[in-house]
Amino acid sequence: MAAPIIAFDKVVAGYTPSLTILNETTLDARAGEITLLIGPNGAGKSTVLKTLFGLLTPRSGEVRFESQRINGMDPRDLLGRGIAFVPQGRNLFGSLSVRHNLELGGITLPRGELTARIDEVLARFPRIRERIDNQASTLSGGEQKQLEVGRALLLRPRVILIDEPSIGLSPKLVQDVMALLRALADGGTTVLMVEQNVRTALKYSNRALVLEMGRLALDRPAGELLDEPDLNRLFLGGHARPAAG
Amino acid sequence: MTVRSTWPWLVGMLVVACTSFFLKRSDIYLLSLCSVYLMATYGLNLTVGYAGQMSLGQAAFLGIGAYIGAILMTKAGWPFWCVLPVAAIVCFVVGLVIGFPALRVQHHYLAFATLGFNVLVFLALRNEEWLTGGTFGIANIPRPTLFGYPLDTEFRFFWLTFASLGVLMTLLWLLLRSPWGRAFAALRDNPIRAESLGVNITAYTLFAFAIGAAAAGIGGVYYASLVQFVEPGPFHFSTSLMMLLAVIVGGAGRFFGPLLGTVVIILLPELLRASTVPALQFMQKWYLVAFGVAVVLLMVWLPGGLLSLGDRWRRGRVGQ
Ligand SMILES: Nc1ncnc2c1ncn2[C@@H]1O[C@H](COP(=O)(O)OP(=O)(O)OP(=O)(O)O)[C@@H](O)[C@H]1O
Ligand SMILES: [Mg+2]
Repeated sequence: MAAPIIAFDKVVAGYTPSLTILNETTLDARAGEITLLIGPNGAGKSTVLKTLFGLLTPRSGEVRFESQRINGMDPRDLLGRGIAFVPQGRNLFGSLSVRHNLELGGITLPRGELTARIDEVLARFPRIRERIDNQASTLSGGEQKQLEVGRALLLRPRVILIDEPSIGLSPKLVQDVMALLRALADGGTTVLMVEQNVRTALKYSNRALVLEMGRLALDRPAGELLDEPDLNRLFLGGHARPAAG
Repeated sequence: MTVRSTWPWLVGMLVVACTSFFLKRSDIYLLSLCSVYLMATYGLNLTVGYAGQMSLGQAAFLGIGAYIGAILMTKAGWPFWCVLPVAAIVCFVVGLVIGFPALRVQHHYLAFATLGFNVLVFLALRNEEWLTGGTFGIANIPRPTLFGYPLDTEFRFFWLTFASLGVLMTLLWLLLRSPWGRAFAALRDNPIRAESLGVNITAYTLFAFAIGAAAAGIGGVYYASLVQFVEPGPFHFSTSLMMLLAVIVGGAGRFFGPLLGTVVIILLPELLRASTVPALQFMQKWYLVAFGVAVVLLMVWLPGGLLSLGDRWRRGRVGQ
């Protein structure tokens, strides 16, 4: 079994001093795996990713990356250490071109390297390459997600945090995004993914963590959960759709 | 903005500049004054238009530059060319400091913070008589020389100012086309997204103010040398408001927005006022009224400014 590359140790965090969202959350993600983080709306899944990426500073507890404490570290430093974040929703700069969006993703890279890295990413996304000079807002939803993932890959991260990548995508495109993440993980990149599309996501994941009210409620191999007949009723609250089959 | 689409603008600027061969002195003076204001509004366009940071204090930087120019050129006897970098650096540093509120507040709060700064500078210029001469100002500011060649006539000084404006615009253009330009746009569009990509939003916010301020500071030195007299009046916050209006009316975040805005807001009313043709004089009377109405309509129908008209027209044609 691979070693944890990311660990939360009794992390307490929230957006305001009076409201605690993560309540002594303890969890980890292992290197080279896709770890799926699921749970009802408002459970704190996005908050876990934001805390990990330094957008939120824990009040107590410890966040570790490769055994080093990274509590409250700047997103820029974390990018430098190899953590990339693709937040929930739309994250492109719609008024800028596709190329400029990519260049922004590589803003922390040395100037000379950027062009080669962009070519490297474009080789993976032919659809994006065709539209390189278009305004980002004119891409379809699926293309935009691809561009966001591509942009995150520019820095050759060792860990990708990705929050609900399937929102607004057709089932086919969801499969594409998942397959892409799977390929990345097989190549050694660690993926920590939040996803509501649980059944599909489980098929591509190694491990599933269930978060409820800011605490880890369940930690199981993804394959095991997939066989669970009561998957939805078990912990997904009202949000989960009835299993289609 | 592509290189090709800048052509008509550059030719237009040059044509207007060449009219200086035929214009009378007071009109050439007006063109110089416009060029000076353009230095400040181009700086402001970077701060407000490209980086999305509201500012109602640009006239203060113009004033700081002008007074540094006036004091150093008269009392200390410094040459123009040595004063220029000093004014730029001082305004850059003050701009950095003025950028700090922007790290905490946005939009109208930021507008008030910068407006407060402008009021403060205005009061300092008026009350610190030992340094600024108070309401009497500072007179007898010399015109510069270039390699020993005096630029003392309106015509010569205009070409100096115009060429300097060209250099400043080119520098800003290069900056905006570099990764810096993208970072400013990212900051304007969505600072949180920008931060997630590793854009140092603190640094870029501060630099957006500092660079914009430095441009105005440089403009201030030219102002001092052009008018050869400074007093606090022209650096009142109403001038900041006017410059902001010029940027917004022209099209904030568009490279030639300030150019168009400055022509509409500064040059046109002055030309009408100076005109001796009765019909134009009549128009002058109504210009402010028409202008006020036009700005209201523009903000309602075309919030992107005059230069967004082209986009709208193109979009209309492809039928979206
Ligand atoms: N920026 C914010 N400021 C204040 N409270 C917030 C903020 N973002 C989220 N919250 C609150 O924190 C709690 C957890 O939110 P979080 O976004 O982590 O949930 P989630 O598990 O990702 O839910 P979803 O499935 O709906 O995305 C919610 O109660 C939410 O209202
Ligand atoms: Mg969420």
